[in-house]
Amino acid sequence: MTTEAVLPADLETALPTTLFRFATAGSVDDGKSTLVGRLLHDSKAILADQLDAVARTSADRGFGGDKGGIDLALLTDGLRAEREQGITIDVAYRYFATDQRSFILADCPGHVQYTKNTVTGASTADAVVVLIDARKGVLEQTRRHLSVLQLLRVAHVIVAVNKIDLVDFSESVFRGIEADVQQVGRELGLGSDGISDLLVIPVSALDGDNVVERSERTPWYTGPALLEVLETLPAADELESHLESFRFPVQLVVRPQGALAPDAVAAGLDVEAYRDYRAYAGQITEGSVKVGDQVSVLTPGQSPRTTTVVGIDFAGASLQEAAAPQSVAIRLADEFDVARGDTIAAAGTVREASADLYAALCWLSPKPLREGQKVLVKHGTRTVQAMVRSVSGKLDLATFKLEGASSLELNDIGHAQLRLAAPLPLENYLHHRRTGAFLVIDPLDGNTLAAGLVKDHPGDHEDERYSI
Amino acid sequence: MSTSLTEETKVTDAAVSTRLSSLDTLESEAIHIIREVVAEFEKPALLFSGGKDSVVMLHLATKAFWPGKVPFPVLHVDTGHNFPEVIDFRDRTVERLGLKLVVGSVQEFIDRGELAERADGTRNPLQTVPLLDAIQQNRFDAVFGGGRRDEDKARAKERILSLRDEFGQWDPRNQRPELWNLYNGRHTVGQHVRAFPISNWTELDIWRYIERENIELPGLYYAHEREVFARDGMWRAVGEVSQPRPDEQVITKTVRYRTVGDMSCTGAVESNAYTVSDVVVEVAASTLTERGATRADDRISEAAMEDRKKDGYF
Repeated sequence: MTTEAVLPADLETALPTTLFRFATAGSVDDGKSTLVGRLLHDSKAILADQLDAVARTSADRGFGGDKGGIDLALLTDGLRAEREQGITIDVAYRYFATDQRSFILADCPGHVQYTKNTVTGASTADAVVVLIDARKGVLEQTRRHLSVLQLLRVAHVIVAVNKIDLVDFSESVFRGIEADVQQVGRELGLGSDGISDLLVIPVSALDGDNVVERSERTPWYTGPALLEVLETLPAADELESHLESFRFPVQLVVRPQGALAPDAVAAGLDVEAYRDYRAYAGQITEGSVKVGDQVSVLTPGQSPRTTTVVGIDFAGASLQEAAAPQSVAIRLADEFDVARGDTIAAAGTVREASADLYAALCWLSPKPLREGQKVLVKHGTRTVQAMVRSVSGKLDLATFKLEGASSLELNDIGHAQLRLAAPLPLENYLHHRRTGAFLVIDPLDGNTLAAGLVKDHPGDHEDERYSI
Repeated sequence: MSTSLTEETKVTDAAVSTRLSSLDTLESEAIHIIREVVAEFEKPALLFSGGKDSVVMLHLATKAFWPGKVPFPVLHVDTGHNFPEVIDFRDRTVERLGLKLVVGSVQEFIDRGELAERADGTRNPLQTVPLLDAIQQNRFDAVFGGGRRDEDKARAKERILSLRDEFGQWDPRNQRPELWNLYNGRHTVGQHVRAFPISNWTELDIWRYIERENIELPGLYYAHEREVFARDGMWRAVGEVSQPRPDEQVITKTVRYRTVGDMSCTGAVESNAYTVSDVVVEVAASTLTERGATRADDRISEAAMEDRKKDGYF
């Protein structure tokens, strides 16, 4: 009934400063739930009432035999609907913090619909932790996971070789698996393409070796523990905010026309000065912008119009500059007709909008994709009608080869060409993780059918080292 | 389409301002979601109870549309057992921001015989029917809520945009995958969407934000003296709808509330946190979850929240 306030000595310096999003992916029984439980437990994200509940259930189920103990996997136990069916339905989000960072963990189940779940978790992740059972080594499933992560351009891929205790902390076992992982990485371009990096760590989720603290039982491993890595890797925003290609999809026009916020007026807002206020609200998807910058306004069907940024506003504050992923409102020098769905971009950095869309599609629906099908494409802040012209193949995730196919089914990843009803400012996903991404939506029931990644047109310059 | 402009990702020389703090990142994400929903839906509304999460939601909405007014009404489901000071705070806030307030009343449904009082006296689970009725009557197609994924394991799996059928039901097995920052809010007649822009915030984030932004809250979130009695391992306030049984002794304690629900199911915690910075310190050091510590409605069963959500709850 009491909340004991035990004051951390230096709360001020202990404040988490930045946010880091990561996902976990693994195969059945490789100990992913235990690893997630271990991270949450050892970083003290689990509170007493949660731990009590898990301890009771562990005892009821006789976990650990006479020794007892807590089954950390229960910390991530899901919904009753899942327990009843013995399955994990989908991605669960979990939260913990250290002195360095706040973490958002997307816990992606391994067995059912792993592609769908991994694609979903990886789409927002700064890093993904892939688990391998040290006794089993690199499996076909591992190759599939790494393949999906490469496709989605995840900046940091960390392979945790788990259950290292069950192979007696053997260096040679670890080195063998590490070499296999690096080999798969080379085949995919993971870790060697200048976009992503690939790291392999020996861990025991059950005992905590190299999870939060470096282990003395793996003296031959001199690298960092998993949490140390997660605390120090640069987040995707950090990388993307430094790109030259400023991109800002307009969400809506802020134009109060006299309907000013009463609280702002009460706080002294100059009503006359804001009578004709007009700004474009959105979230910067990459790069940065400064007052005085030349920008292009991209409206589908029109040629780009160039103007100057005269103001960057955020809730009463005037900013001199802003960077991804900030949500702001931008004012422009010229009174163009700018609307939702338009994109404001650094002048001279965008190519023409196109109605021909070449893409890799991760098919996420039980309804298969057929050639000739009518769909909706949601890209940035615009949704347009589209027709599937052709499917040019589907990817064998184990061999990384494109096989002939004329349709795509649930969990397939394939290439397709779509014709759009209106041109969109499409960019290659390889270099633009936001403006190169889109959703394919079923116009009948509104469900999301696929995650789409824009590719360059066949024939355009493209790195063909790997097939997707 | 073959210019070389986008082939390479170029990095600017000019160092951009240092990385955003986690609060700034969460704030930007929430504002992006609020703006998306306003842009794509015909008639959104925001659930506003005067509780800290809904107060933060409303604060984010004012920032999203500054200098314009918040472009949607607020909706409150009044159990009839609310703390009077919270209702007073609600009314003052609505007036300050010039908003329209829609109230769904549990009491009216009970008076009309369309809802029955529960044996345990709690009215929180009874909010679902008036909520769905208000959504239908007002033709709201999107309803903002202050739900957070760290609150409960059912919430941990719910999407930021959560599609509800004509009965308001959540189907955890049939959720749309949510990719990148592209939110799919398409729905058909009768369906609506619940939007949870602060899904990724924790209780501590909420308090740090309240401190940073200097946001006003109802006074009962801070330490004060109150007549209470012990029940179900919680301190219950003495009030019109919350009376001690003969064997329950009333004492005066210095307490505060971590969550504000209805008086019949929300417990207070002993606390000396008189200011927002005291609360930040207290929450950072807390050893109990906020719902575990203070909500009788979540103790009904291990899957209490999951069951309520499937029936159309917040």
